[in-house]
Amino acid sequence: MTDLAIHDPVAASEPLPQAARSVWSLRWRRLRANRVAMGGLVLLIILMIFSFSAPLVGWALGVDPNHTDLLARFDGASAEHWLGTDDAGRDVMLRLMVGGRISLLVGFTGALSSALVGTVIGLVAGYYRGRIDSVLMRVTDGVIALPLLPLLIVFAAIDLKKLGFSDAFMRSGDANFYRIVVIITLVQWTTVARLVRAATLSLLSREYVLAAQAQGASARHILLTHILPNAVSPIIVATTLAVGQIILFESVLSFLGLGILPPTPSWGNMLNNAQELVTAAPVLAFYPGALIFATVIAVNFFGDGLQNAFDPRSGTE
Amino acid sequence: MTRFIIRRLGEALIVLAVMSFVVYGLINLMPGDPLDLMIASNPGWTAADITKLRAIYGLDQPMVVRYWHWLTAALQGDFGYSRVFTLPVTRVMGPALLQTTKLMGLAFLCTLLVSLGFGIAASLKPGSRLDRLINFIAFAGISLPVFWLALLLIFVFAVWLGWLPASGMGTIGGGGGFFDSLKYLVLPVITLSLSQIGNLTRFTRASMIETMRMDYIRTARAKGAGPARVVWRHALRNALIPVVTVLALNFGSLFSGALITETMFGQRGMGKMIYDAVLGNDFNLALIGLLFASLLTLVATILADIAYAVLDPRISLS
Repeated sequence: MTDLAIHDPVAASEPLPQAARSVWSLRWRRLRANRVAMGGLVLLIILMIFSFSAPLVGWALGVDPNHTDLLARFDGASAEHWLGTDDAGRDVMLRLMVGGRISLLVGFTGALSSALVGTVIGLVAGYYRGRIDSVLMRVTDGVIALPLLPLLIVFAAIDLKKLGFSDAFMRSGDANFYRIVVIITLVQWTTVARLVRAATLSLLSREYVLAAQAQGASARHILLTHILPNAVSPIIVATTLAVGQIILFESVLSFLGLGILPPTPSWGNMLNNAQELVTAAPVLAFYPGALIFATVIAVNFFGDGLQNAFDPRSGTE
Repeated sequence: MTRFIIRRLGEALIVLAVMSFVVYGLINLMPGDPLDLMIASNPGWTAADITKLRAIYGLDQPMVVRYWHWLTAALQGDFGYSRVFTLPVTRVMGPALLQTTKLMGLAFLCTLLVSLGFGIAASLKPGSRLDRLINFIAFAGISLPVFWLALLLIFVFAVWLGWLPASGMGTIGGGGGFFDSLKYLVLPVITLSLSQIGNLTRFTRASMIETMRMDYIRTARAKGAGPARVVWRHALRNALIPVVTVLALNFGSLFSGALITETMFGQRGMGKMIYDAVLGNDFNLALIGLLFASLLTLVATILADIAYAVLDPRISLS
């Protein structure tokens, strides 16, 4: 474990240049020293600002992302439309911004809910062991090995009305968003579940956990106050990396016409629209894909840097 | 060994049975039901006719009963008709499977060669310029949306340069020779391979670096073995063992990639077949396609376990 150094008597007896550092400030220092990871973080923040400032920019320029103008199709860049207009005369830049907001929201919400589900399953499997553990881990292995995209396509094609959801809910734009978050969670929880289970198994044999058990602490108390806080680092890393994967899943589903549905823009469905126009207006197919690529690679660089900062042995320097 | 294989195959059958029930349930939750198209094309039918038809096709019965009927028929080799292709499901599956095997096999070979080469090259001098370049390529490969990559390749090589066909599986009236169909596979294979090399390169590199730190590598060096001999004879063999497992576990991801690639390049393989079946409410075809894809991944994981045991005698399967 990385925090051993802090309790090292030799290190402690040396005069410290500054106040004793917490594990987290050490990690932050290591992360900050990693230029690639920080580059990823900065790029991600820029993309977030770009995406979430859509309403502000739309108001400032007086442009509505869903406003069509058939007299201004495929316009070039202008003061009003900075990146020109698409095949329906809609402002490309504003649609990219709004689409980015949706892609990022799906990515973050999906990653968090997958982490939550995975943590609960991992804690239960690791703590109770035995039959519960072997059943849960078999399911996990099964889901990991499955061809996920065909499965996601079937999930996405499900008629929610058959599950008893109301018509009104289906017609609101929210249904689309929640549906995609839920189906991605269904296939994405496995990484965190395995990591948390492994951490739980190894932490359970520590003395402080045995002591807590001997004092009669409940399973919930042990899991929440002794085990979970010590298993947080792998959860953070896996959740960060999941954001990128989820954005890729969302974009491919939207691209296939099964994720976020038009007129709500998402980077995926903008590419679907641009696919037929690849000869007429190739730039329309370039922007959304480049933004997906930039976002996902930023997340991956940052996540990889986090991993190295949390567990220096995993690095190769 | 034989007992292990039999046990794993038995487990795979159980998993497949559970999967078939779950997938059957999911597919029944797709919009419409198998009679909708018939009803739409026969406006003269009365409500009573429809109820009667529902009873004839067994659609008025609960899902579990219908699943049982489907299962007993399927076990006797009757997978039903595909509605989209108006052919028995087995006749649609055959050519699609062949097409996917071609695409995935070629992409698998390319991925393997490139990733092993990149991974080993990067591991020789960790932190060097070459290592960082390969690392960047690997990250780019992982982060690229496959369908966008396909669009870019189509734009550059088919629309702009005009070197290669954008989609299809052979020139119409072009004889359909082997080289003709190969030309149509170039872009799909490149697309699919590029989407897969990232993970495998990173994994190969990590595995090689870990192996190179082992004591026996130091021993080999101390005995005077040259760098090439250390890498090829001593390190690589051991470093590749975990890579084999990852290769097999990646099968699902390779199949997902093939689905996108086939859809983008108009290749009638398994992936596109499943996609078309789901969009066209073709219940029978979607069901069998999904189950077959799952079966293939299950077999791949079993093969990985076997390969693992064969390559590393320390691992016992029992």
